[in-house]
Amino acid sequence: MSSLSDPAHATTGGRRPLADRTSATPDELLDWLRQMLLIREFEVRTMQAYQDKKIGGFCHIYIGQEAVAVGCTAAVQHADPIVTAYRDHGHALARGMDPKYCMAEMFGKIGGCAKGKGGSMHMFDKPNNLYGGHGIVGAQTPLGTGLAFATKYIDEVIEGGKSRHVALCFLGDGAVNQGAFYEAKNLAGLFHIPVIFIVENNGYSMGTAIHRGTTMSHRLISKGEAFGIDGYEIEGMDVIDVQREMKAVADKCRETSRPAMVDMKTYRFKGHSMSDPRKYRTREEEEVWEAGDPITRLRDALIEEGLIDDAAFKALNREVKLQVRSSIEWADASPEPDITELFTDVYVEKFGPYLGTSMPQIVTDQENDR
Amino acid sequence: MSERTLEFRDALREAMSQEMRANKRVFLLGEEVAEYDGAYKVSRGMLEEFGPQRIIDTPISESGFAGMAIGAAMMGLRPIVEFMSWSFSLVAADPILNNAPKMLYMSGGQFGCPIVFRGNDGAGGQLGSTHSWCVEGMYSNVPGLKMAIPAFADDAKGLLTTAIRDDDPVFFLESERLLALKGHVPEGEHLVPFGQALVRRSGDDVTIVSFGRPVHFCLEAAEALEAEGISCEVIDGRTIRPLDLDTIVRSVKKTNACVVVDQSWSFGSPGSEIAAQIHQACFDDLDNHVMRVHSADVPTPYAWNLEQEYLPNARRIAEAVRSALYVA
Ligand SMILES: Cc1ncc(C[n+]2csc(CCOP(=O)(O)OP(=O)(O)O)c2C)c(N)n1
Ligand SMILES: [Mg+2]
Repeated sequence: MSSLSDPAHATTGGRRPLADRTSATPDELLDWLRQMLLIREFEVRTMQAYQDKKIGGFCHIYIGQEAVAVGCTAAVQHADPIVTAYRDHGHALARGMDPKYCMAEMFGKIGGCAKGKGGSMHMFDKPNNLYGGHGIVGAQTPLGTGLAFATKYIDEVIEGGKSRHVALCFLGDGAVNQGAFYEAKNLAGLFHIPVIFIVENNGYSMGTAIHRGTTMSHRLISKGEAFGIDGYEIEGMDVIDVQREMKAVADKCRETSRPAMVDMKTYRFKGHSMSDPRKYRTREEEEVWEAGDPITRLRDALIEEGLIDDAAFKALNREVKLQVRSSIEWADASPEPDITELFTDVYVEKFGPYLGTSMPQIVTDQENDR
Repeated sequence: MSERTLEFRDALREAMSQEMRANKRVFLLGEEVAEYDGAYKVSRGMLEEFGPQRIIDTPISESGFAGMAIGAAMMGLRPIVEFMSWSFSLVAADPILNNAPKMLYMSGGQFGCPIVFRGNDGAGGQLGSTHSWCVEGMYSNVPGLKMAIPAFADDAKGLLTTAIRDDDPVFFLESERLLALKGHVPEGEHLVPFGQALVRRSGDDVTIVSFGRPVHFCLEAAEALEAEGISCEVIDGRTIRPLDLDTIVRSVKKTNACVVVDQSWSFGSPGSEIAAQIHQACFDDLDNHVMRVHSADVPTPYAWNLEQEYLPNARRIAEAVRSALYVA
């Protein structure tokens, strides 16, 4: 069994030919590379913007974990709902949110996905079935169970058919210790709810190494077994492995309408949030994981297979940089929310001082596209 | 038309059943709601009619099932969550206070929570402090939720129907002490709009404002005071959020005196809020400051006599009225 201090799983790369490792098409593989590059570049620019004080509050960077959001999202259908915690920029982008709405949200602008009312930790995208970013550790686990409950209820009770969706509920390894998660697992196991709890096990909750806060940290999936929930351990640094193995998990959950729990082994390359000097871990440990960078891995695999060359990779990188730069320009140009926004979206209907609801641009734009 | 009477609990059930017949998105979940017929028999027979997919027995996991229902509401279902007692909702504080009332705002209008949380609120019969919470004191502080608190069977049906159709989260507070109360309840569709208080008894000398079970204490006090020659106007607020201040102000401008009766503790309560709003709106009309009658500022006691004295009972209300009117 590998553990975080054991570098083995940080470097186990697929040396087998791609065709044996994935059924994804070349276009799909290139798209995963593009998505991971986009998240990486987005996060680099986010850190800069934070330093420049364009972004306030708490801000958690996803660099290092890109293969998880991209691979998991690619393993399910667009109609399958997704919910996650506060380290949510990667999930939003992987789900298809235009980075300009994500950036504008952090800038506190009206063009933000939530009109600047949620911030970095609270990204929502209705057209892309992203049900948040949630700031309270573990709070999203009953919600994710409810999303899957709802898809099943709609499929079976309202449409009279067979349950045919799954919900992805991401959580950190620290969230494993929240009581709400245990209630959620019991409900999911009991009611046959097709929710997949994906523990993004990056080894730390803030400065607490997993073994310092969590029992059975060498076998986290034991924490699902008590609820009759099948567990899977997946190496989360290689998007090809993540997508393939998550597809198998999701297909099974969809077919059987059962929950699952995944111990997804990954690593955050940056600090917990923007104010973390990382004194609780060694530079050596970081270097081992950085050597297994998910982007480099996929790039090398695609080059080896002749699907991309150095020039094409550079071009892709350039494209992504331009996209992020224009998102920043767009977010900069987006106005601050009008002061009247303080009193919108508190209640659906207008009454007293409350002004009712108005949809954010992320929704109206996508409706207009249709 | 026949004056059909129903128990308060059956009026609640009729609202739920009628709405569930009309809309498949509505379902009921909670502890013991299905096979046991509800801890207080509010959902009696609903399992037989609607089946286990829509009348759902949950384990004793308030945080889990409240959160699950909120997730389902975000996807457009309309769950009714029964808390056996609102006292037990405290372990679900995070989902019901941090998620349901804030989701619409935090998502910039994208995800609302059309959900009803309902159950027993307030002192039952000698249940002691852990089981006697009046959550209106704490929960009405939170913007984004609505709060209804019926005192009569017809309102139980009418307000609950409105709650189920409402697109915002509604905290629906019932009193175990009222569940057997009988009253006329309209048979068909019956909606009582939120934010409309009702004058339960008209009078000229003093306005008494209350909601939920203490409305009955107010009516009892008004009856007793009538014999002393004091004429009380009793207003049943029916919803706390939204609050119908207009009806209250209209009455106070007529009577020039006011007593607010609220079963929660006084400090930072609906009663203190309503008194403040009346002072602001009726400053020049009042002959005395607004008096308040609350539960005593102590944990709820068990002993019968202590519990009776603890509650905002008719005697304490009558005393407050006399004091408001400078009657010795
Ligand atoms: C209920 C609650 N307690 C504490 C916090 C503060 N907090 C924010 S993130 C965090 C660590 C969580 O770590 P983990 O679940 O492993 O996720 P990661 O940050 O590694 O993605 C803590 C303690 C919180 N947001 N919510
Ligand atoms: Mg972690």
